[in-house]
Order: sequence, then C-alpha cells, then structure tokens
Amino acid sequence: MKPSINGAAKVFIPWAVPVLLLLCWQIFASMGVIPPRILPAPLDVLKAAVELTQTGELLDHLSISLGRALTGFLIGGTIGFLLGLFNGISKVSELFFDTSIQMLRNIPHLALIPLVILWFGIDETSKIFIVALGVLFPVYINTYHGIKSVDKNLIEMGQAYGLKGGALFWTIIFPGALSSILVGIRFSLGVMWMTLIVAETISAHSGIGYMAMNAREFMQMDVIVLSIVLYALFGKLSDVIARMVEGKWLQWNS
Amino acid sequence: MLSHIPDSHIVLDAVQKTYNNRPVLNGINLTIKFGEFVAVVGKSGCGKSTLLRLVAGLEKYDGGSICVGGMALNRLNKHARIMFQDGRLLPWKRVIDNVGLGLHGNWKMEALQALRNVGLEERGQDWPAKLSGGQKQRVALARALVHKPDILLLDEPLGALDALTRIEMQDLIETIWKEKKFTSILVTHDVEEAVAIADRVILIEDGKIVLNKLINLPRPRQRSNSAFANHVEEILDRIMLRGKEKELLVVNRQPETLPLVRKAKKVVPESSYKEESVRNGIKDHQKPQ
Ligand SMILES: Nc1ncnc2c1ncn2[C@@H]1O[C@H](COP(=O)(O)OP(=O)(O)OP(=O)(O)O)[C@@H](O)[C@H]1O
Ligand SMILES: [Mg+2]
Repeated sequence: MKPSINGAAKVFIPWAVPVLLLLCWQIFASMGVIPPRILPAPLDVLKAAVELTQTGELLDHLSISLGRALTGFLIGGTIGFLLGLFNGISKVSELFFDTSIQMLRNIPHLALIPLVILWFGIDETSKIFIVALGVLFPVYINTYHGIKSVDKNLIEMGQAYGLKGGALFWTIIFPGALSSILVGIRFSLGVMWMTLIVAETISAHSGIGYMAMNAREFMQMDVIVLSIVLYALFGKLSDVIARMVEGKWLQWNS
Repeated sequence: MLSHIPDSHIVLDAVQKTYNNRPVLNGINLTIKFGEFVAVVGKSGCGKSTLLRLVAGLEKYDGGSICVGGMALNRLNKHARIMFQDGRLLPWKRVIDNVGLGLHGNWKMEALQALRNVGLEERGQDWPAKLSGGQKQRVALARALVHKPDILLLDEPLGALDALTRIEMQDLIETIWKEKKFTSILVTHDVEEAVAIADRVILIEDGKIVLNKLINLPRPRQRSNSAFANHVEEILDRIMLRGKEKELLVVNRQPETLPLVRKAKKVVPESSYKEESVRNGIKDHQKPQ
C-alpha cells in the first residue's frame, strides 16, 4: 500500500521547493555570492515592496494593470465566446466567419503593437485592444470546438424528450461544451498577462510593466524583480481562480 | 386511410427510408394494436433503430405513411418516449434531474415516484457517472416512464448489460408494461429476450418484414419450457436460413479450406454451442453446422 498523504501536507508540499529556493537565494545573496547588481536579495525586494506600498505608488500601478487586464479580458472573452457560440450553432454563420477568423488567428497579436500604437497612441485603448485581441482567439476556438463536439446522441435524446431552442441549449449544448470553454478561458488568462506585460513594457505611463521599465533607467534592481514576482503571483492567482470555477461547474466530472 | 382499423395504435403502411440513395427500409407494413408489445429482431444494420426513430418522429420517412392513434405522424411523436441502448443520461445533471428532463411545474414528486418504480429512489442526488450500467438503464427507463407515454420505444436498452441484470430488467419492463398498459416496440438482438416479453416478434431483412410471429405463451413465461424453446428455435431458424445459404456459397467457392475450420470448431461440444448462440442472439449465430 502507498502511504497516503493527508490534507494539510497536500497544501504545503507544493510550496516546499519555492520556499527552499528563496532561502538559498537569500543566503547566497547575503553571503555576497550573488552581487546585488545581478540579483537583489529577496529581503531587499520585500523592502522595495513595502516602500512602494507606503508611497501608494505600487497600489496605483497594480490597480491600473489589473483594470487593463480585466477590461481587455472581458471584451475579448465576450466577443470570442459569442463568435464561437454562433459559429458552433449556426452553419450559415460558420460559413461566413470561420475561415476569416482562422486566418486572423494565425497573426501573432503582439506583432500588431506598432500598428495599434499608431492607431490609438499609447493611451489605455491600445493596451486594452491588444489584450482583448490576444484573449479573443483561445476563447473562440475552444467555445467553437466545445459546441461542435457536443454528443449528437444527447442532442437527439433532448429533442425526443421535447426540448428545443433555449431549453435545448441550456440543458444540453452549453453544459456539454462547458469544459472546453473553461479550458479556453484558463488558457486566455495566461495570454492576458503575457500580452499586458509586453504592451506595458513597450508603451505606457503607468502599470507594473511601466514600473519595471522605469526602474531600469535608475538601475533599481529590486523594483524590477518585484514586478516580475508580481506578475508571477497574478498569473498563479488567476489560474487558481479558474481552477476553482472549474471545480465548481464541472463537479459531475470528478 | 388505414387509420380506421378499430383497435390499431400504430399503423405503418409501405414505409420507406433511404440514406444516401441506399434504401434502408423498403416497404414496411406493420399494424400494432393498443397495448401490444412488439419485438423487432434482425441483423446489425438492417434498420431496426431507423424504424424506431421514424415512429418516434425523430426522422422523416421518404415514402408510405405512419399513423399514430389515427393521426398521420409528421413531426415529433408526443405520445412516444424512447429509451436508447447507450442510456444517454446527461452526465452534468443529477439522477433526479435527468428523470425530470422535459417535465414542467411541480415535477420533483413525479420524478421521485418514477425512480421508486425502478428501485432507485435513494440515488436521486447521485451523478450518473456513479451508477452501474444496469442502474443507468433503470434511470433511463424511469425518465421515459415519468412522461406516462402511450408508446414506449426501446432500442436495445439491455444490450450492454450482463445476462443476470438483463433478465432482471426484462422482468421489470414486463411488470411495468402490464401495469401501465402502454404500447411498446422493443428492438433487440436477443431472440430469447424477444420471446420472453413480446406478444409478437417481427424480423426485418433487406428492408422488409420477413417474419411476423405471434407468441401465444401464457405469462409469466418460463424460459425452460419447451414451447418457449420451440419459438426461439423457429425464429432463429428463419434468421439462419440466410446464413445457411451464404455458407453453401462459401462451400462451393473454396471447398479445400472449409474442412479445417470445421475440425477446429468440432472441439466444442454441440450442446454448449447451442446454448451460447441462443443466449447471444442473432449476431453470433452464424456457426458452421
Ligand atoms: N443518419 C444516417 N445517415 C446515413 N446512414 C444511416 C444513418 N442512420 C443509419 N444509417 C444506415 O442505415 C442502416 C440501418 O441503420 P440502423 O441504425 O437502423 O441499424 P440497426 O438495425 O439498428 O443496427 P444495429 O443492430 O447495429 O443497431 C445502416 O446501414 C446505417 O449505416
Ligand atoms: Mg440500432
């Protein structure tokens, strides 16, 4: 028999490696093995975080980045979902739009940044636009495929039991496509952060990416590392939230 | 119109169905009385499921006519409920909500009662994935029965179950049928199953009904009974007629290979062969003689 791992251990074990790495990093940094110009010690990064929090700067940048990310995600996600929905359900809509969307999908959305800057300047619109564009395709593809691959037999069964229109959609088609849709959403959350980092690094007057670029000019290593850590934390956080939603909505699947 | 035949419930007249220019059903004539239990047998792909789907109104027929209760059928048959071989429960709905599918108003009590009828009232809150194959089929049966259908269509509902569970389910279906008095069409591969529950067994071959046999045995039917065995034998013989003709063709074409096959098969004693093929029904019945 395998030894069973109890609940508390399951929560803590995944953190063992990161914590150990942090400890080593701190020890080597304070011993002077890692020079602060290459990589500041974790405690220095923490200190920078505290200082920036006290001045209120950090919170400003954070909320601006978060706002951009969510706005772009909502816009792109909604459009992608609706397009996937229509093309999945309606043959006519599929004929009209699917090929075009598949073609656009193959353009890396980050390649559009120069164009977008020329269109919108470097204000909010350009960043939200790029994020929305990046999020749109994964949500579209997974929604479309999810709906296309709903078991035809289940749909026939629903019809035989008198379901049609909205009832058929909400009882059978949407739940059948949901796990695929959620995969798309989780993937697009990753795309969302990545896109935002790039956009903010290239052209912005605020946000975490700007904070990092600005720190570079003044050689503030600790602030640069802090912004990287923040992105990592946010990435992890959105993944955790997505998993929680999946766990709740796909209970029947466990 | 054929609809005025007094106690006929379902009347199929020269029904045709073609898929991609290939006729699947080619002139089916069948009259089923109110409350009658008809079993449909035939080789895989002969159009049994197609026939059921036509009667359910899930698909349009290409020729002839279907009347249900004196009315021509030209869309979903609201009086019929169908039960599929693969159950088709919605995995994302709990058992009780699966049973309540398509019901309106205060349906919980009815759904619970239907579950009670199939002996699963305690599993209402489970996910279908947690049930055994036989239990899933019982839920599917409850889901069909909760609508109090006039016609119950069964498309090999027990095909995937083991022999013991199958006999249990056959008894359950027969009991419920006797109590509710609906009309029923059962598609099955298992001739013994057909003879055990049906008033009449029909055989489909080449898109036509080639055998239409009343089963006049008293209920409950004893499978060990010799009259029962005779009925099964007779239907199997009719099905095998084809098999024998084909086998003759094979003999004529390649006489040198056949004796080998025969020798190999002879190792199995004749009696166990017979039992096996009767139990498995038609699909496995093309044995060398
Ligand atoms: N939607 C469809 N499109 C094209 N051909 C079909 C369709 N449905 C059934 N067929 C064809 O019609 C024939 C009869 O199919 P059907 O499902 O009625 O057979 P069956 O008698 O139920 O077989 P089985 O015992 O294996 O379930 C088959 O040859 C099948 O390929
Ligand atoms: Mg079939």
